[in-house]
Amino acid sequence: MTETFAYLDEDSKRCVRRTILKALAIPGYQVPFIAPEMPIAYGWGVGGMVVTASLLGRDDRLKITDHGSDETVNAVNIRTFFTRTAFVATTTLTREATLIQVRQRVPEATLSEGQVVIYQVPRPDPLRAFVNSAGEAARMHAEADYGRVYTRLFEERTGSRSVIQPGYDYPVMVEGRYLMSPSPIPRRDNARLDNSPAIQIFGAARERRLYALPPYTRVESVAFEDVPFDPGLPEDGRRCVICGCATSHLDHLLLSDDGTSEWVCSDTECCSQRSEENAGA
Amino acid sequence: MYVPVKGGETAIAESLKALARNRRGDPSVPELSVTQIREQMRGAVDRVMTEGALYDRDLAALALKQAQGDVAEATFLLRAHRATLRRMGHCEPIDFLAMRHDRHISATAKELPGGQILGATYDYTHRLLDFSLMEGAALLSPSRAAGPDDLGAAEPAMVPAPFPHYDHLPAEKNGQGASSGQEPTDITRVPLRPPYGGSETLGHLVRGEEGFLTGLAYTRLRTAGASHPYVEDLSVGEVEVFVELEDIGFTVSIGDVEVTACRMVAPVLDGVQSDLSPGFGVAFGANERKAVAMAAVDQAIKSGLDAELVLAHGDGVEASGYVSHLKLPHYSDFQADLETIRRARGGHD
Repeated sequence: MTETFAYLDEDSKRCVRRTILKALAIPGYQVPFIAPEMPIAYGWGVGGMVVTASLLGRDDRLKITDHGSDETVNAVNIRTFFTRTAFVATTTLTREATLIQVRQRVPEATLSEGQVVIYQVPRPDPLRAFVNSAGEAARMHAEADYGRVYTRLFEERTGSRSVIQPGYDYPVMVEGRYLMSPSPIPRRDNARLDNSPAIQIFGAARERRLYALPPYTRVESVAFEDVPFDPGLPEDGRRCVICGCATSHLDHLLLSDDGTSEWVCSDTECCSQRSEENAGA
Repeated sequence: MYVPVKGGETAIAESLKALARNRRGDPSVPELSVTQIREQMRGAVDRVMTEGALYDRDLAALALKQAQGDVAEATFLLRAHRATLRRMGHCEPIDFLAMRHDRHISATAKELPGGQILGATYDYTHRLLDFSLMEGAALLSPSRAAGPDDLGAAEPAMVPAPFPHYDHLPAEKNGQGASSGQEPTDITRVPLRPPYGGSETLGHLVRGEEGFLTGLAYTRLRTAGASHPYVEDLSVGEVEVFVELEDIGFTVSIGDVEVTACRMVAPVLDGVQSDLSPGFGVAFGANERKAVAMAAVDQAIKSGLDAELVLAHGDGVEASGYVSHLKLPHYSDFQADLETIRRARGGHD
């Protein structure tokens, strides 16, 4: 194992931190960044890891989740990596964490000032769903030329399908200026990005892009004035079999060959907290 | 000296000698045995078997030794050997549900019946050079297997993999292209020509070059408007191969092969016809990159990716052959081209 604290060399980390400062200065704008190789495959959270490595200090307390869970293999793997390379303290409690690296979910627990949420991002540019040319996408961002995004939304809304896409990674407008990918979080999580007291940083290593939201940034899901955004909440009365919660984001759990299934909270921290409260009551 | 016209015989003989010397390396270092390659270079062996289209670990290992570890060259050697073998017929459709799993995961389900079995995978390794391997097994680092006992063959989990259930979706589609009961196309006998049948597509994809398929799958992931596919089921394990003996009217098992199989689904939105579009990938041995890339490309073809682009260009032996032909003497056609350029510029006549 390398001798360097948090794996990367100090120059690389400083370079990434400069990128982060620029990204914070222009909320929602995709800043090119160096994304040095990490010993974990691209697509597995390297963007988040580079940011985490660059920000980690010896006094930090790190929380890592994947799909809301601290216990999924990918979360465990990344956490192990940082405990081995940086010897930092880790936690599963959001309130105790200074850095929180996440994939596919925003923590459901309340965030506070001074915390940093780090997102792993596979497709940083939401315009890539509309154009194949990176140059054209850059021009559209520069000119805030987002007509195509709204046109498609209009067509989906009024068309025979009447299905709004996508169900996750649904683009947001940042301070009314930049169209931004919230990373592949469920649509309902978009609301949690808005006006957050925590700093939020999005790292896309393979695409070499980094963007950020400073605290209390206005983040709105793309919608029309007269047709509000639909967070896509389930309407089938599903409940978590562990804590009974009907309002948190639930994962489908297949139990046996005959198709028996249950729903469980995706956010393991909040679920166990609710279970404890239930037991105490 | 590169002599394209004359004196070639001597030059080739010397070139072969040089090649043999290069292959052997420093004679003071013990020579690699085919058995060592077979047992300790499994990734390369499995890949060569898959693209070489011959399930024979020893021959694949031999090809790798002969090719100095060059996977494309080894594949070529094995494919060329395969062409000399008599065609016996084809096996019955393989029952992947009866696979004895060494590894079984799903990215679409949080839990699988029988449990997610992580098995042997690089996925969660940290890609750090393990310098303890420099000096051989005597210096096993504590971060790796604790002792020789742990390195022994693990008991494979004997759990059949049922197809997952999707609450709101109609009956499962068979993602495996070739429908059973139909005679599969032998792509070594039937030239590629549209329209491309299911088993024909599968055959070409299985033999298709891993890097090419991975690259194609990657471009699809970055293409605007293409839907994102999901790994619904990824299995590594042994399946049994059955062959029908027409003379005596029996179907008998001829043995087990180790395979990696991947089922993929991608959402396709089309009003009430909206559905999941399937893709299937399979490879000999443990070869997940290939199986996943192949499944993604198979799904992409079913959703409109130009099948010819994939099938006509995916064969590594064909592709590297044609690309390397550029090294052949070309001076007569080059001369003709030069002539044309001169005329076009008005320098002649």
